[in-house]
Amino acid sequence: MRAAIIVFPGINRERDMAIALAQSFGRAPRMVWHRDSDLDGLDLVVIPGGFSYGDYLRCGAMAAQSPVMQAVRAHAARGGYVLGVCNGFQILTEAGMLPGALLRNAGLRFVSRDCHLRVERADTAFTAHYQRGAVFRAPTAHGDGNYFADAATLDRLEGEGLVALRYAPPTGNPNGSVRDIAGILSPNLRVLGLMPHPEDLVDPLLGGADGRPLFDSLAATLAA
Amino acid sequence: MTGRVVDAALAREFGLNAEEYGRALAIMGRLPTLAELGIFSVMWSEHCSYKSSRVWLRQLPTAAPWVIHGPGENAGVVDIGDGLAAVFKMESHNHPSFIEPYQGAATGVGGILRDVFTMGARPIANLNALRFGDPSHPRTRRVVDGVVRGIGGYGNCVGVPTVGGEVNFHPAFDGNPLVNAMTVGIAPRDRIFLSAAAGIGNPVVYVGSKTGRDGIHGATMASAAFGEDSEAKRPTVQVGDPFTEKLLIEACLELMATDAIVAIQDMGAAGLTSSSVEMAGKGGVGILLDLDAVPQREHGMTAYEMMLSESQERMLMVLRPDRQDVARAIFEKWELDFAVIGRLTDTGRIVVRHQGRIEADIPLAPLADQAPLYHRPTAPPPPPPSLGAVADPAGLEAALLRLIGCPDLCSRAWIWDQYDATVGGQTVKRPGAADAAVVRIEGHRRALALTTDCTPRYCAADAEAGAAQAVAEAWRNLTAVGARPLAITDNLNFGNPERPEIMGQFASAVAGMAAACRALDFPVVSGNVSLYNETEGRSILPTPAVGGLGVLDDAAQAVGIALRPGLDLVLIGATAGHLGQSLWLREIAGQEAGSPPPVDLAAERRAGDFVRARILAGAVAACHDVSDGGLLVAVAEMALAGDAGCRLEAGPPNLPPHAFWFGEDQGRYVLAVADGAALLAAAAAAGVPAQRIGASGGGGLTLPGGATISLATLRRAHERFLPDWLGD
Repeated sequence: MRAAIIVFPGINRERDMAIALAQSFGRAPRMVWHRDSDLDGLDLVVIPGGFSYGDYLRCGAMAAQSPVMQAVRAHAARGGYVLGVCNGFQILTEAGMLPGALLRNAGLRFVSRDCHLRVERADTAFTAHYQRGAVFRAPTAHGDGNYFADAATLDRLEGEGLVALRYAPPTGNPNGSVRDIAGILSPNLRVLGLMPHPEDLVDPLLGGADGRPLFDSLAATLAA
Repeated sequence: MTGRVVDAALAREFGLNAEEYGRALAIMGRLPTLAELGIFSVMWSEHCSYKSSRVWLRQLPTAAPWVIHGPGENAGVVDIGDGLAAVFKMESHNHPSFIEPYQGAATGVGGILRDVFTMGARPIANLNALRFGDPSHPRTRRVVDGVVRGIGGYGNCVGVPTVGGEVNFHPAFDGNPLVNAMTVGIAPRDRIFLSAAAGIGNPVVYVGSKTGRDGIHGATMASAAFGEDSEAKRPTVQVGDPFTEKLLIEACLELMATDAIVAIQDMGAAGLTSSSVEMAGKGGVGILLDLDAVPQREHGMTAYEMMLSESQERMLMVLRPDRQDVARAIFEKWELDFAVIGRLTDTGRIVVRHQGRIEADIPLAPLADQAPLYHRPTAPPPPPPSLGAVADPAGLEAALLRLIGCPDLCSRAWIWDQYDATVGGQTVKRPGAADAAVVRIEGHRRALALTTDCTPRYCAADAEAGAAQAVAEAWRNLTAVGARPLAITDNLNFGNPERPEIMGQFASAVAGMAAACRALDFPVVSGNVSLYNETEGRSILPTPAVGGLGVLDDAAQAVGIALRPGLDLVLIGATAGHLGQSLWLREIAGQEAGSPPPVDLAAERRAGDFVRARILAGAVAACHDVSDGGLLVAVAEMALAGDAGCRLEAGPPNLPPHAFWFGEDQGRYVLAVADGAALLAAAAAAGVPAQRIGASGGGGLTLPGGATISLATLRRAHERFLPDWLGD
């Protein structure tokens, strides 16, 4: 199983993601600079968090036009796995690989605190090591995480079971996301975008390992 | 500005007095050009020259076996083991943050980050020490909101976690908030980069953002008090671009892994002028700059404007000529400007060429050696109103609920929640979890403990005792997580040094800091002085902020403040019930009076060394120092952090309850331990005062009188103020 992390200028959680992947996969992921476009032979492509191009345009809009995104699309079309976290989720929506958009947080402030996430389905490559309905904790750190899509799209996502994670009590919805949606899947269940950062909670010393099952799930799926 | 006649009047406008202007004329032997006058004025500004403070700063201890570089470099450098060095500094951005809170605070963060990565260190943590005006002042809300957004906007984007700091409110900061930003970085111990230029003929290279007209004369503005016209100074505030800073960090660190760099310096205050003058001056060489090659954001910029611009996110480097192409390729990869704008010479002069003309030609040695140095008159500050016996008007329960919700003690979550504290994936103790932030070093067990501390009301009452207290509290906060305190950076914020009572405060504060640093083996390795913090003749409270750094060999040994059930609570350190300058006195009795609590440095060290040893022995479940608000507030904070109640026992009969529970005696810690008897025995053997004050358990805080405050009630009181005031 081979994983790579795409690095755009301004991405800043690539190291966190590399640590989490290495811990579960037993080997370090490849770091791919945004001007490279060779993603051949990879099982998993991760777009991590940060502020690609400063997010001075709409969050993720510049990165979505980057040449490497053609390769990411092709990778997904081949049935490859893609994980987009935070800015990575924003980039996936801007690139049209996941529906909807991430708007300014409802409170109009950056939100950096732990949130709770309910696992809506546990039969995916990303969530197999959680129980369905389980609630786990993950840090958030975003100013634009307010998920929005029109009602028809939302109904379709929910009808097809493509909502992977929802914000849950006790902390609840931190950003105003519609229907408490925190993470969504592509129809083939191989592309996941989510706002919170499970990669920053994979070590009990740092406050918990709630995020680790997500990476263990991927490692187990890809090893199989 | 172009075409202005250079004369004494213009010099005065630039901040040079008649004597200083005369000195510049003597050095030049002719009338300076506009660019030359600009260079003299910024290099000799208080901000760049430390002309009022330098004579006092020499008293501060700066050496220890673990100090690699003390003051004089871009940041301090200490050995932390494992072949690593910590590089850190704190710096003020007070004046800009009042004029334009968001950009002022944001560029403060950007500037201090550059001071650290300039030396080859990857920044791993930011902290900030903030002082704001009275919450009821109409301006304060806007300043708090803008400063917090600015710090978050910059720090979050560059991807350096903001892990700690402090906030106070006081009417003395109504017209002059303090924004002191601290950055800590990590570098290999043998790969520290310095700024002294070397190698005649070597290229001088400019990298980063283009130069614009922003921030011209920022250093001069920061060296004067405010009048009613402070709004008009907005054009002197710079605008930050954290995205470019992030690229600059990565590009510089990539280049630093090669052997291309001879010397490097960020362009901070006074931009191209101070960076080129300092690099050449430190190296004892001359420098020739060709401004036509400077990347420019605007058309028609003059030499004066380019030399004084404080456009952000720029660095100046001297490179090995044979490595120029390697360096250029790295900066092109990161899409940053890279321009050779000059070379080192053997003339000992800075020569600035622009459009075929020599715009400046100044001998460097006298520019540095003959910089003004003032031994300004000092007068002892007036003593605070004395304090007699104070009756308790409120009782413990009501006082606790008010204190824990007051602006100086309420939960800071509203602020922390806007700062990314986890990016980097190494934050062991986040804001509020422990007395100091704890950040592990990637790939190591080792961790750094970080804190900022100062209690300005103590310093206003007695600058010497207050400054010693600031150092002691930083040392104590590092100790309380189990860290070995190593060194401090200081940020000395005072009023107008031309007033003898302000200079008296400054001199006393430096003496107090020096004594505490010496007694605690806690040297000063970097720092910054910010004077003229006055608006319309009203000075701030003297604020010698201390940024402390300590090390834990194993991050797993760090303890936080969170209480859990089933533990004994033991108070370490002596309690005399000192209420002078306490928050209880101000918030409950309505007085700001008395002397601040004295700091017994020998007792401080004994108690701290004892506590640290118990923590490292694994015998302590939670630890919290006793500071603002006193013992009962400390216990309440532990209960809230751990969501666990406790039952407190009566204090000693010889002290009134309010003095025992709210007095702010120094050198104390509350420890939560499984075996209280063993801890008391160990303390007795070590000669450290200790007493059992209660035990944890239950869903509330049970006071010695028997009343119980539920944790929910306590939490509401603690968490309400900032969201109610500033909006959820």
